[in-house]
Amino acid sequence: MIKHLLSAADLDAEHATLVLDTAAELANLSSREVKKLPTLRGRTVVNLFYEDSTRTRISFEAAAKRLSADVINFSAKGSSVSKGESLKDTALTLQAMGADAVVVRHPASGAPHRLAQWVDGSVVNAGDGTHEHPTQALLDAYTMRSRLGRLAGLHVAIVGDVLHSRVARSNVLLLTTLGAKVTVVGPPTLIPVDVGPALSPDLRVSYDLDAVLPEVDVVMMLRVQRERMNDSYFPSTREYARRYGLDVARMRRLPEHAIVMHPGPMVRGMEITPEVADSARSTIVEQVTNGVSVRMAVLYLLLGGK
Amino acid sequence: MSSTYLVKGVSVLGAEPTDLLIRDGIVASVGGARDAQVIDAAGLVALPGLVDLHTHLREPGREDAETVETGSRAAALGGYTAVCAMANTSPVADTAGVVEQVWRLGREAGLVDVQPIGAVTVGLAGERLAELGAMADSAAKVRIFSDDGHCVSDARLMRRALEYVKAFDGVIAQHAEEPRLTEGAQMHEGEVSARLGLTGWPAVAEEAIIARDALLAGHVGARLHVCHVSTAGSVDVIRQAKAAGVRVTAEVTPHHLLLTDERATSYDPVFKVNPPLRTQADVAALRAGLAEGLIDIVATDHAPHAVEDKECEWAYARPGMLGLETALSIVLDVLGPQWDLIADRMSRAPARIAGLSEHGHTPAPGAPATFTLVDPAARWEVDPTGSASRSRNTPYAGMTLPGRIVATFLRGEPTVLDGKATK
Repeated sequence: MIKHLLSAADLDAEHATLVLDTAAELANLSSREVKKLPTLRGRTVVNLFYEDSTRTRISFEAAAKRLSADVINFSAKGSSVSKGESLKDTALTLQAMGADAVVVRHPASGAPHRLAQWVDGSVVNAGDGTHEHPTQALLDAYTMRSRLGRLAGLHVAIVGDVLHSRVARSNVLLLTTLGAKVTVVGPPTLIPVDVGPALSPDLRVSYDLDAVLPEVDVVMMLRVQRERMNDSYFPSTREYARRYGLDVARMRRLPEHAIVMHPGPMVRGMEITPEVADSARSTIVEQVTNGVSVRMAVLYLLLGGK
Repeated sequence: MSSTYLVKGVSVLGAEPTDLLIRDGIVASVGGARDAQVIDAAGLVALPGLVDLHTHLREPGREDAETVETGSRAAALGGYTAVCAMANTSPVADTAGVVEQVWRLGREAGLVDVQPIGAVTVGLAGERLAELGAMADSAAKVRIFSDDGHCVSDARLMRRALEYVKAFDGVIAQHAEEPRLTEGAQMHEGEVSARLGLTGWPAVAEEAIIARDALLAGHVGARLHVCHVSTAGSVDVIRQAKAAGVRVTAEVTPHHLLLTDERATSYDPVFKVNPPLRTQADVAALRAGLAEGLIDIVATDHAPHAVEDKECEWAYARPGMLGLETALSIVLDVLGPQWDLIADRMSRAPARIAGLSEHGHTPAPGAPATFTLVDPAARWEVDPTGSASRSRNTPYAGMTLPGRIVATFLRGEPTVLDGKATK
């Protein structure tokens, strides 16, 4: 197994499948009365969060605790970081405390890569800037596989602010590794220049959501921040919702079996309407549940479970 | 007081070996050199002392990163005899007082001629002209003006600056970057930035400003110098401007001749620089442009930074890399041993643009003894801790480069001997 999980590209098809299979085994655990395994007893997992992200932090915390690891939560607010401590000094501090794994969320792209150069333990990227969020991609793949039975050959549309989305990058990389076909959809201003050659030669780009919907098995809606319109990425939230938002009428264009995903947090009324988010096609709550199993699998495998 | 040196068996610009007698600050004719100190220069190549049109010496203000003295020493060790010190110090070199201070510090260090560059606008703020005439008339005799680090993006202000400095044969050296297109930019916009999730710095932000400035310079009949050209498109724009008769000169840095944006994949900010490292196609176009003379010179954009400004997240790091001690080796690597071409691009042409009449002369009888001796056969590994600069941010750490400076002379006095600074 690899030492760090910094990018979804760190996983080849074999390792990615191993993570998903392990997550499936561990998922059985959560239906048991005692939801705990002794696997990581005596190991220390640090959650190092430079950004507020309650849902991701709690998910990692629950995952580590169910594997009996000692968990230290280190949030940048009110800590030495707010007093001006550098990432490197923080890394050396964690190192001195004997952290076996550091789960890091950071507003700067590449911060986990820097961290991995300074600590001996495993580093797990829990979202870095506008770069990647590999465990989100793993839980999304897990959710697709459990709902649709397979990943190879699926057609997945990722819709919205691809430019600023770490979820989109990780998903494109992981899904193409696992044999799915991916189309990114959004206004041209929110699709990175050269995104195809950058992420996958097979990646497709479309600016027309209505044309794509009938062909897909999965539609993944990305959060679109309202402030983006101030930078002229699109004229107004209303126009964005009209052209790229998923409402009931658009949902009807999907094939019968297709599912609707969203990594959260949602902006209801912007990229997705409440009726769609709460519909039977929506996997949004399931994604959260699956997140814990997938993160358990990642920690288990990185910390030498195998 | 001044010593006499006999440089024996040296190849001037790659020609047949000859002897050079150095006396009273000039190259004298050989003969009657009984008291001369002999320098065995067999196998060495003599070049006119290199001239850097773009150096950040950080003094005043960031003496923890570099001083005029440490930067001068790094320059001499790199074969330079003159450097032009950029204005983005703290305080900014936008008054006669600051440029004279830098000029005086250069004289005191005595390792290279330090020619201050003056800011175009007060505080580099891009709002109103600094007292360009006062800087020109000062002891520092400033002729190059630049807001480097910032673009003079206001078209009217740029036009006025280009026009105004005609009165004293000045030149505006533009950092070509349309700021609205590069807000938050971290690296070249393209495939790699899309993969790394770093905000892109599109090539067009540079090319659009160069095109605009070339048209303005043509319109008012002024001289324009373009700093650190980094894209293939810029080379094309400059080609058109020169064909149209605009008085434009351009520089390229060693790092843009060698490195590409793929280096950012490590997220190590030692590779963060402004303008950013570009693609292989850009590198190829810059090399061709330099060989052809569309790009007139190589300038280092030597930009020392303290450790804490580089040992951090990419987005929080300051842009810039060291260059003085490695420039000649990189150019030698890129152009090969075309000594006359190297002498032109690294000494004659920059001396001409900067108006440094004592520099850029091939060492031959009657010329100022301001030259450097290179061992073209030597190969050396770049060790950041071995740098004379106060900073360590070289992007070439661990690389093995060709060509080593053995000695440098400034007006007949050695500033470097046996590869070591004399003071």
